[in-house]
Amino acid sequence: MTVEFVLAIGLGVLTAAGVWLLLRERVFDVIVGLTLLSYAVNLFIFLTGRVRPGRPPIVESGLAPTLAHYADPLPQALVLTAIVISFAMTALILVIALRARAETGSDHVDGAEPADDAAGQRER
Amino acid sequence: MNWPHWIVVPIVLPLLAGAALLLAERSRPALAARLSLAATAAQLLVSIGLAAQSADGSVRAYLLGNWSAPFGIALALDRLSALLLVLTGVIALAALAYAVAGDAKSRVDLRGPHFHALFQFQLMGLAGAFLTADLFNLFVFFEVLLIASYGLLLHAGGAARLRAAIHYVSFNLAGSALFLVAVSALYGIAGTLNMADLAQRVAQLPPESAALARSAGLLLLVVFCVKAALLPLYFWLPATYSAATAPVAALFAIMTKVGVYAVARMYTLVFGADGGPVADLASPWLPVLGLATIALAAVGSLAARSLRRLIGYLVIASAGTLLLALGLGSRATVGAALFYLVNSSLVVAVLYLLADRIGEQRGEHGDLLAPGPFGAERNLLGAAYFVAAIAVCGLPPLAGFLGKSLLLVAARDTGHAAWVWAIVLASSLAITVSLVRAGSRIFWKPIEPALPAAATATSSVQAMALGWLFGALLINAAAAGPLARFTGAAAEQLFERRPYIDAVLGAQPVPAAVPIREILGGRPAKDEP
Amino acid sequence: MQAALLLPVLALLPFAGSVLVLASPNAQRMRAVSLAAAVVVAATALALAAAPAVFAGEVLHWRIDWMPQLGLSFGFRMDGLAWLFALLIGGIGMLIVLYAAYYLDPGDPAARFFAFLLLFMGAMLGVVLADNLLLLVVFWELTSLASFLLIGYWSHEAEARQGARMALTITGAGGLLLLGGVVLLGHIVGSFDLEAVLASGDLIRAHPLYPVALLLVLAGAFTKSAQFPFHFWLPHAMAAPTPVSAYLHSATMVKAGVFLLARMYPALGGSDLWFWTVAPVGLVTLLVGAYIAIFQHDLKGLLAYSTISHLGLITLLFGIDTRLAVVAAVFHILNHATFKASLFMAAGIIDHEAGSRDMRRLNGLWKSMPITAVLGTVASAAMAGVPLLNGFLSKEMFFTEAVGHNSSAVMNFLLPAGALVAGIFAVAYSVRFIHDVFFNGEPVGLPKTPHEPPRFMRLPVEVLVVLCVLVGLFPGLIIGPVLAVGAQAALFGGPYAPLPAYKLAIWHGFSLPLAMSMTATAGGVLLYFALQRRFNLHRLARLPGWLASGGREAFHVVTEAKLRTARVVTETIENGNLQRYLFLLVAVALLAGLAPHLGAGPAPASAPVAGTPLTFGVLVIWAIGMAAATGTTIVYRQRLLALLLLGAVGLVVSLTFVYLSAPDLALTQLLVEMVTIILMMLALHWLPPESPREASRLRQVRDFVLAIGAGAGVAALSHALLTSDFDSISPYFLRTSVAQGGGANVVNVILVDYRGFDTMGEITVLGLAGIVIHALLAGFVPARRPAPPSAEPRSPFLPLIARLLLPLAVLLSLHLFLRGHNAPGGGFIAGLVLALALILQYVANGRQWVEQRLRTDFRAWIGAGLLIAGAAGIGSWFFGAPFLTSSYAYWALPVLGAVPLASAVVFDLGVCLTVVGATMLALVSIGRLTPPEGAPR
Repeated sequence: MTVEFVLAIGLGVLTAAGVWLLLRERVFDVIVGLTLLSYAVNLFIFLTGRVRPGRPPIVESGLAPTLAHYADPLPQALVLTAIVISFAMTALILVIALRARAETGSDHVDGAEPADDAAGQRER
Repeated sequence: MNWPHWIVVPIVLPLLAGAALLLAERSRPALAARLSLAATAAQLLVSIGLAAQSADGSVRAYLLGNWSAPFGIALALDRLSALLLVLTGVIALAALAYAVAGDAKSRVDLRGPHFHALFQFQLMGLAGAFLTADLFNLFVFFEVLLIASYGLLLHAGGAARLRAAIHYVSFNLAGSALFLVAVSALYGIAGTLNMADLAQRVAQLPPESAALARSAGLLLLVVFCVKAALLPLYFWLPATYSAATAPVAALFAIMTKVGVYAVARMYTLVFGADGGPVADLASPWLPVLGLATIALAAVGSLAARSLRRLIGYLVIASAGTLLLALGLGSRATVGAALFYLVNSSLVVAVLYLLADRIGEQRGEHGDLLAPGPFGAERNLLGAAYFVAAIAVCGLPPLAGFLGKSLLLVAARDTGHAAWVWAIVLASSLAITVSLVRAGSRIFWKPIEPALPAAATATSSVQAMALGWLFGALLINAAAAGPLARFTGAAAEQLFERRPYIDAVLGAQPVPAAVPIREILGGRPAKDEP
Repeated sequence: MQAALLLPVLALLPFAGSVLVLASPNAQRMRAVSLAAAVVVAATALALAAAPAVFAGEVLHWRIDWMPQLGLSFGFRMDGLAWLFALLIGGIGMLIVLYAAYYLDPGDPAARFFAFLLLFMGAMLGVVLADNLLLLVVFWELTSLASFLLIGYWSHEAEARQGARMALTITGAGGLLLLGGVVLLGHIVGSFDLEAVLASGDLIRAHPLYPVALLLVLAGAFTKSAQFPFHFWLPHAMAAPTPVSAYLHSATMVKAGVFLLARMYPALGGSDLWFWTVAPVGLVTLLVGAYIAIFQHDLKGLLAYSTISHLGLITLLFGIDTRLAVVAAVFHILNHATFKASLFMAAGIIDHEAGSRDMRRLNGLWKSMPITAVLGTVASAAMAGVPLLNGFLSKEMFFTEAVGHNSSAVMNFLLPAGALVAGIFAVAYSVRFIHDVFFNGEPVGLPKTPHEPPRFMRLPVEVLVVLCVLVGLFPGLIIGPVLAVGAQAALFGGPYAPLPAYKLAIWHGFSLPLAMSMTATAGGVLLYFALQRRFNLHRLARLPGWLASGGREAFHVVTEAKLRTARVVTETIENGNLQRYLFLLVAVALLAGLAPHLGAGPAPASAPVAGTPLTFGVLVIWAIGMAAATGTTIVYRQRLLALLLLGAVGLVVSLTFVYLSAPDLALTQLLVEMVTIILMMLALHWLPPESPREASRLRQVRDFVLAIGAGAGVAALSHALLTSDFDSISPYFLRTSVAQGGGANVVNVILVDYRGFDTMGEITVLGLAGIVIHALLAGFVPARRPAPPSAEPRSPFLPLIARLLLPLAVLLSLHLFLRGHNAPGGGFIAGLVLALALILQYVANGRQWVEQRLRTDFRAWIGAGLLIAGAAGIGSWFFGAPFLTSSYAYWALPVLGAVPLASAVVFDLGVCLTVVGATMLALVSIGRLTPPEGAPR
C-alpha cells in the first residue's frame, strides 16, 4: 500500500461525507458538508502536485531548482487562494443562514418547515 | 489609444472605484452615487475603445506582473471579450441609473449599505472573467462576481431574498468546488493553467491521460452550465432573479452570459475541433440539453404566476438557445449565437426594470399575473411592455426575430435542423402566448377601483434608464448588419485558435521592467537558460 | 429611376403617420382624424402615381441592405399585383378613415385607434410591396400584431380580449410556420430575393424539400385567410370596432393569405400537391362558411362567415391551378373587397343607429332608413352574385372553371357540385340579410329608434356600392386593365407572357355556368324562405357546437389544458427544494466525470510511477481523518459534536500539508480553521443546537448511494493523477523565484508576484465577504436569547495573559509578514495572526474594553487594503511596466536584519490589511449580536 492510495481513499471518504451532508435539509448541516468538501477539494488541488514529502519549496542555494528537490509550489499557491475563498464563502453563508432563520423562523434549506408549505407555495 | 495598459483598465477601474466607495459610501452617499455612475460610464467608454481596437481582428495579450505566459497570468482581448465588455457596460449603466433614481425613500441603492461598492466589484468580476486567459484566474473572477452578486441579491433584505440567497449561494458553492476540481485536475494532467498553453498541451496528450482530461473538461462544462442555467441545473434561477431588486436583476441579465462566454471560449480554444484527443467535447451534449432547456423554459413561462417569474424563464430560454447554437458548433451557428446574445441580454434587462415599474404602478398587486388596479402610466408602460415583448419572443421587426432567423438559417446545415426548427419555433409561439396572456391580464382586464391606493410614478431618471436600453434595442435591430458582421467575425476568431495562442504565448515582457530592479539596487536578473 | 423612390415613401409613410397620430392627445379627435386622412390620401395618391410605370409593364425596385448575413434586404418591389393591392389598401383605407371618424364614440380614444389603423396599413403595404421573402414575413407578423391591437381596442370587453388573443395565437403560429417555409425556400433557391424565388419555380418544385416548404407556406396563408380548420378566429375578431372588421377582416388583412397564394403561385403552384392541398381546403371552407353563415343571428357574424366562405372560394380558384382560375381569383379578390366592405359598413351603420345587430330584433328597417336599405340590398345582391353586379361576373368565371375542370373523377364531380351548393347557400344568406333586416315585419324592442346616419358616414358605402354596379355593368371598361396587370403579375411574376383569352362581359350566351347561376339564385331564395317558414330561423337554436364555432371550443380546451399541464410539469420538476437541485448537480457532475470512461474499456495503463512507501504516521492520521469525516455524517444532528469532528478533519488536513512539505499551507489551514470554528460556534448561538430527524428514509438511502458514487469518483480520479507522471511549468518558478522574484519562498513569490493577480481577486472576495456579512447583520437584533457565552467560568488570569500576548502577537505577525518572502509567512498569515490576537482580546476582556481602546471601522481597513493593493499594481505603470510588476531590493533594518523589501511587499501590506479587516468585521459582527433586554428565552 502506498501513501498515494491511502490519500486517494481518504479524499474519497471526505468527499462522500461532504456530499451526504450537502444533501441534508438543514442549512447548518449543509454548511458542514460544504466545509468538508472544501477540505477535500483543497487537498485534491494540493495533490495535483503529486506526493513529495520533506521537500518544501523554499529555494536553498546549492540545491538544483528542479521538481526533484522541491515540492511543486504552484498547487500550493492555488490552495492558499482556494482556502481563503472558501473561508470567505463559509463565513458568508453562515451569516445568511442565521439571518434567514431569524426572518423565516426556520433553518430548513427551503426557508420553511416541511409542514407548512405556505412559503414554498409563495416561492413558486 | 496605443497606451498598452487599456486592457487591464476594465478590471482595475472598478476595483479602485469599489475600494474608494467602501471608504466614501458610509459618510457621503450622494458623492458615492456620483462616483459610482462616473466609474461605470468610464468603464463603458473604455470598453467601447477596446471593442474598436479588437475590430482589426488581432488578439491583444497583456502580461500581468510582466511575467511571460504561461508562467504569469495573461489577459487576452479579442472581439468576443470586447463585445461582452461593451454589452455589460451598456446594461450596467442603465441598471445603476435606475438604482439611484427617485427620492431618498424610493432609491434602491439606499435600501441597504454598500450597494455601489458591490456593484463595482460585480463589474470587476465580470470584466476579469471576460478578459483573463488563465483558467485558475477565471475561477477567481467567477468567485469575485459571485460574492458580489450574493451581496447584491441580498441588498434590501427580506425573507424572500434570504430564502433565494440560501439556494443561490449553496448551489454556487458546490459549483465552485467542482470548478476547482476540474481546473486542478487539468493542471495535474497537462501541467499548466494558461488557456492557450493548455490548448496546445491537451492536444498532444497520450491516450492514458486523455480520458482523464476529457472527464475534467466535462466537469468544467457542468460548472459553466450551472452559471449559464442549462437543464437540469437552472432551477435556482427564476426564484433568485425574481427575488432581487430590479436593477440587480437587470444586471444579472449578463450573469448567465458569463457561463455562455466561458463555454464559447473553452470549447473552441481548448476542447474545440482542434483539440486532438479531447476534441469536440461538448458537441454531443449541448444541442440536446439546449433544446430540452428551451422546451421546458417555454412550458415554465406558461406556468408562471408573476411577471418576474415569467422573465426568469425567458432568461433560461435564451440561455438554452445560446448553448444550443454553441453546441451545434459551426461558425455560422456560433456567429448567430453571439448576435442573439446581445438582444436577449438587453431585453431581459429592460423587462426586469419594466416589471418593477409595473409593480410600483399596481400597488399591492405588484407584478402578479392577475387583474388589478393600475396607476396613471398604464398606456405608457403598456406600450413599453408591448415593444419589449416583441423583442423577447422573437417577433419582427426587432433583433430577437433577426437573431432567431439567423440561427434557423445557420442550423439548416447541421444534423439537427428539424429538431432545432421545430422546438425553437414552437417555443417562440408558447412564449408569445404567455407574454400575451400576461400583458392582457395586467394591462387590459379592468377592475374596480381603477386606481390603486399607492402608485409611485416613474421618475425621469428611471425613464432615462429604460429609454437608454430601448434605444440600444432599436439600434440593435436597425444596425443589425454591422453588428452581425462583428459577431460573425468574432465567431471566426474563436475557431481560428492559432492567432490567440500565438498572441498569448508569444507576448514578450517589457524590457523596461529590468531597470527598475536595478534602480532599487537588486541583483541583476539572471537570464533564463 | 425616380418612380422607384416612391416605394419606400409609400411603405413607410403610414408608420410615420402612426407615430404622429399617437403623439396627438386623444382629446383632439379631429387632429387625429385629419392626420390619418392625410396619410391614407397621400398613400393612395402615391399608388396612383405609380400607375403609368406599372401599366407600361415596368417593375419598380428600391432596396437597401439590412442584414446581408441573413440575406435580408430592406427593399420594395411593385408589379401589377402589388400595385393592385396597394391601391385596394389605400382606397378602402380612405373610406374607412372617413367612416370611422363618425363611427367612434366620443368616449373612445380616437388617437390610439387611428394610430393602430395606420400601423396596420403600413404593415399591409409592406407585405404586398416587400421584395424579400424575409421582409415579407416581417411585415406579415406586423399585420398580426396590428390586428391584435385593433381587435383588443375595446380591451374592457372580455370578448375583445379573447378575440384578440385567439387571432394573434392562430395567425402568429401561422407566421412562424411561414417563416420556416420561407427559410426553406431561401435554402432551396439560395436567396430570399423575391425575383429570384419567382424565377426558380421549376427548381423549387423539383427539390426534395418542396413538399415541406409548400405546406409550411400554405399553413401561413391558410391561418391568415381563415381557411378551414383555422377559420374560427375570424368570427371572434368581430369584437373589433366595425371599421376594423370592414378593413382588416374582410377587405385587406385576411386577403394577405390569398395574396401570398397569388404571389407565390409562379414559384409553388402548378403541381399535384398544390392542387390536392389548396383546392380541397378551399372547397371545404367555401361550403362550411356559407352554410354556417345562414344560421347566424348577428349581422357581423353572418358577414364574417360569408367572408370565410368567399376566401375559401378564392383559395379554391388558386387551387384549381389554371391560368383563367387565377385571373378569376384576382378578380374576385377585388369584387369581394368592394361589396363586403360596404356591407360591413352598412351593418355598422345599422348597429350605430338602431343599437343592435341582432337580426331577430332588426326588422323592416327600410321604412326608417330607406337609403341604407337600398345600399345594403344592392351590396348583398352583389354578394349573392346577381347579374349586373360585380359579384356575378367573378362567380360566373368561377362556375366556368369548376365545370371545365378535369383532373380526377372525384374532383370532376365535387367541384361543380360544391360550387352549385355553395352558390345556393350564398344566395340564401344574402337574401336573409336583405329580408330579415329591412323587411320581415317590424323592429322588436330596439334600444334606439333607427334613422338614417349622418351624410358622410354613409358616403363610403355609397362609393363602394356604386363601384359594384359600375363594374357589374361595364367590366371591361372599369376593371379590365387593372385586372389584367394584376393577373399577369400573379401568373408569371417574372418575365411577362400574354394572358389567356378571357372576355369580361355580362352576357356570354346561354351556357352551363349561366344555368348554374340561375339555379343557385332560385334555389337560394327557396331555401331561405323554406327555412324561414318551416323552422323559423329566429327560433332555430345555434348550430351544433362543432359547426357553429368550429375549432373555438377546441381552442379554449387546448389552451386551458396547456396551461394546466404547464403548471403541473413545472411545479413537479421545479419543486423549490434545494436538496433536489443539489442532488441533480452532484449526479450530473458524476455522470460527466464517468462519461469518457464508459464503454471506453480499461484505460491503457500509464507509465508506472513508483509510489511513496506508506509510513505509520500517515496511516494513523488518515485513519483518524476518515473516522472523523464519517463521524460527522453520523452525529450531524448534534451540531456541536459534528463541529468538533469537523475540526479534527481540518487538523488532519493541515498535518498532511506539513508532511507533504507545504508549511505555508499548514499554517494557513490551521489559522483559517480556528477562525472558521470560532465563527461556526458563534453562529450556533443563534441556530438550533440540533437538527430534527428527517422524514424521508428513501431520500437518505438515495443520497447515500450518490455520496458513495461521488466519493469513489474523486478517489479514482485522484489516484489516477497521483500515479501518473506529468510535465509542469513549475520548475520555472523554482529557477526564477530568487533571481527575478526576489524571494526564496517560492509559494509566497507566486502569490504576490507571478500570480499576484489571483491574490488580488482573492482578497477582494474576502473583503466583500466581510462587507456583506456586516451589511446583513448591521442593525439586526436576534429575537431569541442564546445560551449565554459567558456562562462558562472565566479564569481571572485570562485577561491579563491576553493583554500580555497582544504586543507579542503583533511583533510575531510583523515578523511573519516581513520574512514571508523567504520563509513561510507573508501578508495573509500575518493578518490572520493579528486578527486572532485581537479576537482573543474580545474573548478575554469583553467587547467594551476592546472597543474603548480600538476605535476603528474595519470596513475602512478593507477599503484601504484593496486601495493599497491596487495602487501597488498601478505603480508599475509609471515605470512603463505592466500592472503588478514587482521589483525588489534588500534593505537592512535594525532589529530584524536584512529583509527583502520587494515592492511586492506593498502589495502584501494591502493583503494583510484586508485580511485583518475582513476577519475582524465578520467575527465582530456576529459576536456583537445581542438580544433585546428581557427577550423571551
